[in-house]
Amino acid sequence: MEQNEKLSFHFDVDGNDFTSAGEASVKVKKLMRQLGFSPELTRRVSIAMYEGEINMVIHANGGVADVYVDEDCLRVVLADEGPGIADIETAMQEGFSTAPDNIRALGFGAGMGLPNMKNYSDEMKIDSIVGQGTTIELKFKVN
Amino acid sequence: MELSQVAEILEAKVLTGSEHLDRVAHAACGSDMMSDVLAFVKDQGILLTGLVNSQVIRTTLMMDMGCVVFVRGKTPSEEMIALAENIGTVIMSTQLTMYESCGRLYLAGLGR
Ligand SMILES: Nc1ncnc2c1ncn2[C@@H]1O[C@H](COP(=O)(O)OP(=O)(O)O)[C@@H](O)[C@H]1O
Ligand SMILES: [Mg+2]
Repeated sequence: MEQNEKLSFHFDVDGNDFTSAGEASVKVKKLMRQLGFSPELTRRVSIAMYEGEINMVIHANGGVADVYVDEDCLRVVLADEGPGIADIETAMQEGFSTAPDNIRALGFGAGMGLPNMKNYSDEMKIDSIVGQGTTIELKFKVN
Repeated sequence: MELSQVAEILEAKVLTGSEHLDRVAHAACGSDMMSDVLAFVKDQGILLTGLVNSQVIRTTLMMDMGCVVFVRGKTPSEEMIALAENIGTVIMSTQLTMYESCGRLYLAGLGR
């Protein structure tokens, strides 16, 4: 984790280690508590980011996560160089998942991640190119 | 219901967080699917599960659930216990099945 001047935080998300998946989100949750954000916003941000982080690990072999804290807005950007999402509209549907059985045995792959990220954020933007990767930006209004 | 009472009803061993047993939970959730927990839990303070991995602990942190009960005698790794300790999550382990664990807590009034 590196902290830059404008209060932003950068995390590398390891795609080879499911055990550590979610570490960045745990850190962000702790940081938000320390920075005095409301429990309600902290919960929304951390759930959405955790879903995105897990997705990068199980679908895209890892990536990077950046959190930008501004006065009236908190932004989480998750970027990977994985396979990309061919049909974003379908991927956004509740219950749609391409996760294999071994992922389901680990407790994930119900196809609720992307819908959850949309529900918990105020704005969600997905940019994805098949064969190149996916970038998801989540925006949360502060106050 | 206080977590100390939960431990008593489930005849559970407290593996970490014994200093937080005065925490109060108003409802619980039983699931092995963390995806479902992330999508559907509202203010349940306890997760009962038969799944054992670090994501269980992280999921409960994200959901602000302060307690995990592993059913059927499942025991978490040292690493998971250390993670829970670090974030202040209570971990218990009971020999009871998921069905009986949920049933006992429900009968005792939790979540009703
Ligand atoms: N970062 C990603 N890279 C590639 N595909 C993704 C990514 N995130 C999500 N997907 C695709 O979108 C689908 C739906 O995602 P999600 O709603 O999180 O469900 P789940 O992760 O349980 O499969 C995934 O099954 C996968 O096919
Ligand atoms: Mg997902």
